[in-house]
Amino acid sequence: METPSRSQTPGVQPGRRWVNLLLGSGVVASIATFIYPALRYIIPPAVGESTNRSVVAAKINDLKNNSGKVFKFGSKPALLVRTTAGEFKAYSAVCTHLNCTVQYREDLHQIWCACHNGLYDLEGRNVSGPPPRPLENFEVHVQGEDVVVTRGA
Amino acid sequence: MKALIRPILNWLDERFGTGSVEEFLRHKTVPIHRHTVWYYFGGMTLFLFIVQVLTGILLLLYYRPTPEDAYESVQYIVTQVRFGWLIRSVHSWSANLMVLTAFIHMFSVYFLKAYRKPRELTWISGMFLLFVVMGFGFSGYLLPWNTLAFFATKVGTEMAGAVPFAGKWMLTFLRGGEEVTGATLTRFFGFHVAVLPGLATVLLAMHLLLVQQLGMSVPPSVERATAEGRQPPRVMPFFPNFLLRDIIGWYAALGVLGALAAIFPWELGAKADPFAAAPAGIRPEWYFLFMFQTLKLLPAKILFLEGELAGLAGFSLAGAVWVAVPFLDYRAGFGRVTRFFTGLGIFALGFIVVMSALALR
Amino acid sequence: MRQLLKFSLVILPLLLLAPSVALPAPGKDSCIACHAELEGKQSEPAKKFDTDVHHQAGLSCSDCHGGDPGDESMNAMSRARGFRGAPTKLQTPEFCARCHSDIAYMHRFNPKMRADQLSQYLTSVHGKRLKQGDTKVAACVDCHSVHDILPASDTRSPVHPTNVTSTCGRCHADAAHMKGYNIPTDQVEKYRKSVHAELLASGDTSAPTCSTCHGNHGATPPGVSSVANICGTCHVFFAQLFEKSPHQAVFAKMGLPGCVQCHSNHEIVKPSDDWVGTGSSAVCTGCHSAGDKGYVAAQKMAGDLAKVKTFLGRAEEILGTAERSGMEVSSPKVELTTAHEALIKARVNVHSFNDVEVQKQTDQGVEISQKAYQAGVAALAERDVRRKGLGVSLIFIVLAISGLYWKIRQIESGSQM
Repeated sequence: METPSRSQTPGVQPGRRWVNLLLGSGVVASIATFIYPALRYIIPPAVGESTNRSVVAAKINDLKNNSGKVFKFGSKPALLVRTTAGEFKAYSAVCTHLNCTVQYREDLHQIWCACHNGLYDLEGRNVSGPPPRPLENFEVHVQGEDVVVTRGA
Repeated sequence: MKALIRPILNWLDERFGTGSVEEFLRHKTVPIHRHTVWYYFGGMTLFLFIVQVLTGILLLLYYRPTPEDAYESVQYIVTQVRFGWLIRSVHSWSANLMVLTAFIHMFSVYFLKAYRKPRELTWISGMFLLFVVMGFGFSGYLLPWNTLAFFATKVGTEMAGAVPFAGKWMLTFLRGGEEVTGATLTRFFGFHVAVLPGLATVLLAMHLLLVQQLGMSVPPSVERATAEGRQPPRVMPFFPNFLLRDIIGWYAALGVLGALAAIFPWELGAKADPFAAAPAGIRPEWYFLFMFQTLKLLPAKILFLEGELAGLAGFSLAGAVWVAVPFLDYRAGFGRVTRFFTGLGIFALGFIVVMSALALR
Repeated sequence: MRQLLKFSLVILPLLLLAPSVALPAPGKDSCIACHAELEGKQSEPAKKFDTDVHHQAGLSCSDCHGGDPGDESMNAMSRARGFRGAPTKLQTPEFCARCHSDIAYMHRFNPKMRADQLSQYLTSVHGKRLKQGDTKVAACVDCHSVHDILPASDTRSPVHPTNVTSTCGRCHADAAHMKGYNIPTDQVEKYRKSVHAELLASGDTSAPTCSTCHGNHGATPPGVSSVANICGTCHVFFAQLFEKSPHQAVFAKMGLPGCVQCHSNHEIVKPSDDWVGTGSSAVCTGCHSAGDKGYVAAQKMAGDLAKVKTFLGRAEEILGTAERSGMEVSSPKVELTTAHEALIKARVNVHSFNDVEVQKQTDQGVEISQKAYQAGVAALAERDVRRKGLGVSLIFIVLAISGLYWKIRQIESGSQM
């Protein structure tokens, strides 16, 4: 079927031009929608490490001696304590009795659960009240300004 | 466009001698007849394989193959990495689609008797490719290390142990030990990203080379009709006609994959706990279901053999017969249709469909 | 001369050794030596004595019973040699207290050891009745055993915390033995059903057993007004709340035991939320009836507890679904632990019997649960938002496919010409 051509260039019909345009733009656009996600994917996200295993709990100046702070570790709360001597210690903040969130008591120098008055010492050992087991201990490392808490393997 | 490509091709020809390849491609034709549609499935499977390789490589950038980290790394990909959810879901869905197209391709080749002389090796390399594809599916399924994957692998590898004499060795080889553990994960990862890709490459090269060398097979009925003058021999050029149609199919597949990834995203599941009891209704992926269901239905004892063992023997025999079909159905080489093999094919297809449906109930 | 020398060198040493051969060597105990070879009951003490804590401390039969362990004849057991014989039941407390109430003597063995067991015992029901001549009550050896006495910290001792219930139960659960005393004999049976017994059986020796609440040497049932004090030594918050609650004064006036009224004394089982309120398992309706203030408060508290549990459950469900389908919901999950904590605290506050206090906690729990629920909804919505992106890419794909289609038509119509 011959389409009457407006252009005088031999072999190039406007129908053909439109088809080429359609094809070209469709192919380029669709390839872009494939390439774009792949390129974004390759760039590593800001949070480098899965937050389940390792987390920056605080900056070293956030806590003074003899104080504690609850922070998020994966999907559970955890407790960072700076002892009177200045040492950092970290534990799971989930009380082993009925899963309330424990806190550091500056007056007692112990970890306390407000639900039923349970107490843990600074090694995480359950020393008084209903908790049946010690708190899980985590490792703490100071990297520059960061206090990094990791869960053992 | 053409003005750009021509100089590049010339440059390559001067160095690689690609001119002969160009010539060949220019003259390659694809027969046109009632069954032409089936010709597309081989290329579709190849395309999906390429999708798997590309998305697989992307996943490799973030995945960690240890029991402590595997689940978390997939969670990380899916929640933290930009478009990670898309890459992961496409990879999982495309795997299933590829197995489906591979089976369709295999059955269409079977029923159209494309395996007959001189294409016996194409069939054999293709069958082994199918086994490799199913190996990809089985090994890849464990990698997210969730409950379903863990127990499906346990059940699946348990079957290997039932084989007489070599069973114990096979089970230990697959699992990397007596039980499914982190050692199994490492091993399956090695199979999935190194061993099987290597095997697939070799087999694919052989398969594709043979297809180019031997051209497209025409079904015996069409051959006869053409010879008797009832049908004019119609062909279309591979390039660009068939290829453009191929590409349409590939685009459609991409659309389907994208839709599946967005509308039915692949679940993360719960992290595997080796010490927990297996959840009820554990079963392998759908392409293993027919075997799984058969073994479940077999009685405890058949003649002198344990039921499970008889089942495995049966499948092994069936597999061997299937691979050897070009030699068994040698009459097809003379253009004669042996009804027995058509019937066998219908039985096999029906068996697989019915057993899979039963397992899904 | 040489004969004399031989005699001196050989015979004399033997003569010198003779006494030690003829008499029992120092430390050799004729009591044990003889009694071990006797039959039946007479040989029992000697055979059991090896493990006895007194034996480990270097004491022997004569240290309690008197007599002379160096004398191999029956004379060893004569009055002249200080033999005291076996004490009767009525004599037992003073018999043991001869040493055990002597602080200076006891502290030679264990400086930490208490020496007031006898004085405590005399205040107890057992001690008082014994003094009146009742030989059926418990005295020292009934609980501690005799001749194979182990320290209370030894798990084999009948007074180790894990064994105390069986020891007390030997008499107190025996209906025939307890006839005439007019006290129940089902305490052991009831106690074994309690959470305290369960904890003790799992090895937690800090869990209360009979002696924890009743005392051991000074065993006395706590009076009605002091029961709450005993429970409150461990269950601090509950005792404090109860004391400030309206129930404290009312119960005291009515002579009702505080905690025991709802929780029982021996059969203390794990409480459930349906004890609160006006339902079929509720304890409140034991006193309160429809219309009075307590009834209304109970209903309110039960309602609030149920409400926070419902919201908590819904939030947990949706967050679980979101997480399993691959969405990042760790922050709302951490937030939700505070809601769970509020429920726990609400249950504690029930013991103020003030529905306002309970509501303070449940309201907080409900608020947090709702926020977490919204976060779950948002996570699932975000998952669905991806369909928009899909839509865009599908448009381009359709564009490309139609371009290809027309191209094919164009090529093939051209070639047909």
